[in-house]
Amino acid sequence: MKIDVGRRTFLVKLGVAFNALVGAVLAVPAVRYALSPVSRERRPGYESWVSLGPVEQFPVGETRFATYRNPVVNPWDGETATIACWVRHVSAETFQVFAVNCAHLGCPVRWFPQSGLFMCPCHGGAYYEDGSRASGPPERGLFEYSYAIDSGRLMIKAGQLPTPGDLAATDRDEPSCA
Amino acid sequence: MRLIRSVADWFGARLQIGASVRSALVHPVPKETASWFYVFGSAALTVFVLQIVTGILLAILYVPSAGEAWNSLQRLNRDVELGWFIRALHGWGSNFMVAIVLVHMVQVFMFGAYKFPRELTWIVGVVLLLVTLGMAFTGQVLRFDQDAYWGLGIGASIASRVPLAGPWLVSLLLGGPIIAGATLTRFFALHVFVIPGLLIGFVAVHLLLVLKLGINEWPMPGRLVRRETYVEEYHELTKTDGMPFMPGAVWKDLFFSGVVVLAIAVVAAIFGPFGPGGEPNPTIIQTAPRPDFFFLWLYAVLSLLPPGLETPALLIGPVVAIGLLFALPFVSGEGEKSWKRRPVAVVMVLLVIVAFGALTRLSVHAPWSPVMNAWSSQPIPAAYVRGRTALERQGALVFQVKQCHNCHALGEAGGRRGPALDAVAVRLTEDQLVRQVIQGGGNMPAYGKNLSPDQTTALVAFLETLYPAGQPPARDASRQVALDGGDASSTRRP
Repeated sequence: MKIDVGRRTFLVKLGVAFNALVGAVLAVPAVRYALSPVSRERRPGYESWVSLGPVEQFPVGETRFATYRNPVVNPWDGETATIACWVRHVSAETFQVFAVNCAHLGCPVRWFPQSGLFMCPCHGGAYYEDGSRASGPPERGLFEYSYAIDSGRLMIKAGQLPTPGDLAATDRDEPSCA
Repeated sequence: MRLIRSVADWFGARLQIGASVRSALVHPVPKETASWFYVFGSAALTVFVLQIVTGILLAILYVPSAGEAWNSLQRLNRDVELGWFIRALHGWGSNFMVAIVLVHMVQVFMFGAYKFPRELTWIVGVVLLLVTLGMAFTGQVLRFDQDAYWGLGIGASIASRVPLAGPWLVSLLLGGPIIAGATLTRFFALHVFVIPGLLIGFVAVHLLLVLKLGINEWPMPGRLVRRETYVEEYHELTKTDGMPFMPGAVWKDLFFSGVVVLAIAVVAAIFGPFGPGGEPNPTIIQTAPRPDFFFLWLYAVLSLLPPGLETPALLIGPVVAIGLLFALPFVSGEGEKSWKRRPVAVVMVLLVIVAFGALTRLSVHAPWSPVMNAWSSQPIPAAYVRGRTALERQGALVFQVKQCHNCHALGEAGGRRGPALDAVAVRLTEDQLVRQVIQGGGNMPAYGKNLSPDQTTALVAFLETLYPAGQPPARDASRQVALDGGDASSTRRP
């Protein structure tokens, strides 16, 4: 029996190419699925305006603890979707809303009204009452949320864990409106 | 007996692997390798099997949901019969596995086993170390308690510092905008499917290489490895001074593996499971997150590096370290194997052990973390306020109320973020103390805005009393001159 090696080898190569093509076609949805958290972040974004409650809850001149429910949640997120922040009521219409996450590596900072400092329990970062860096490893001040006052309620633009490398989290110097 | 034999023959006739298994078992190995130094690899494999079995048992009940994971672990600990023990076995098994893999690696390095022709075995071994550490980290995440929650935040903060791709990496790591349900499920997939799959695959390659290339012979000082002659010499050695792997070298592996598993069981029974710690609720901020034992050194590194060096060190350091480990067999693939003639290698290992040990030990005490409740729970020792004036005692009160104690120790109590102040008056004059308190500096916040002049005066008056007997407090000679108009020589200390 004569075996046509050239033809069969060609068919094998063709078969490999065919499977590679099918694999590539299937890889597109698989990769898009895997990258969905990134594409979601880029297109509609994760942030929206959430209420921290009536402005009266935050006395002028004080810094208070506040929590809100993250705008993007899964039903099975449990308590992890309830996020904390620090609200400093500077004067009548002026606020500062800080993330609890230390600008160093994200541990929760605590406010000490007596000494007017935020202190981090992890690596010893400390911040002044206006959120600026006081000492320790952080390279910058606390992350600030944009805020607005809407019918007597303090609103902040929130929804994403602030991290030191996130430019969006660093460019929040000007308060904006909802 | 005859039945067993015929069943075995039935399978043998179909599988046809009996001969290759038999030849693998009885392949000749150098005699001295039947040593207690050569048992760590097999022990690591045994612990891995234990981890698979206990992991499957835990997966039967564990709920990988952000809302329920912590509760399911509580249930495993309390309500499920021996659930606590299986969790303890898995947790302690993880620690033992990392430890044994590290010991195995040190042994291989000291015995020169990574040299020609076993370069690939070493490289796969390095990958196995990384994958094992990956299991340890993702496992800590699945314990989904406060430490896991804030640990993920730290991971995200590190990932975010990668240039350009940082924010995307954070989203990929967390599976969404925050640490929540999607984060836990992806770490579950990693810990239960992806990384164990890699581990099994790389272990198979690692074992195949050990079988194909032979167990490293006992290193003899002066017996050099040369690419041209090594393989021949090795086969000669196994012929002249060898013995079959089974049973010659195996019984020590079996005993050591048994002892290790027994040790894990005993430790698990005595010390119980790891956590879970506090509930993973981000609004409970009264917490001081700590990593698991094998990542404590990293905690120290992140605290002690100068801020400007941190990002480059975090992003470049691991690449360099892994690159060096990969490069090792190519840089020193030949030559001396015995550690007795490789002093640099010995010093390197000692240096690495001392460095990691010191960093880990520092992390246990974490002197860089403020003691967040020292101001309200650790009083100033009575000796420091006895016989003081009213002003000085008022200063002691300011010291407590303004949380100075959180960072500064007095009489061993309090934080160690800043220097202990038991003898601060010896180091700083009154003016220097005022300046330091008001302006801060040297890694201390400025308290100017939060201390009234009265409070500052009282606080400094108290600090001025802090000097040990026999050591006079620091004085500003020029000030004396300016105030008294006298000459400087009269202010010299006796």
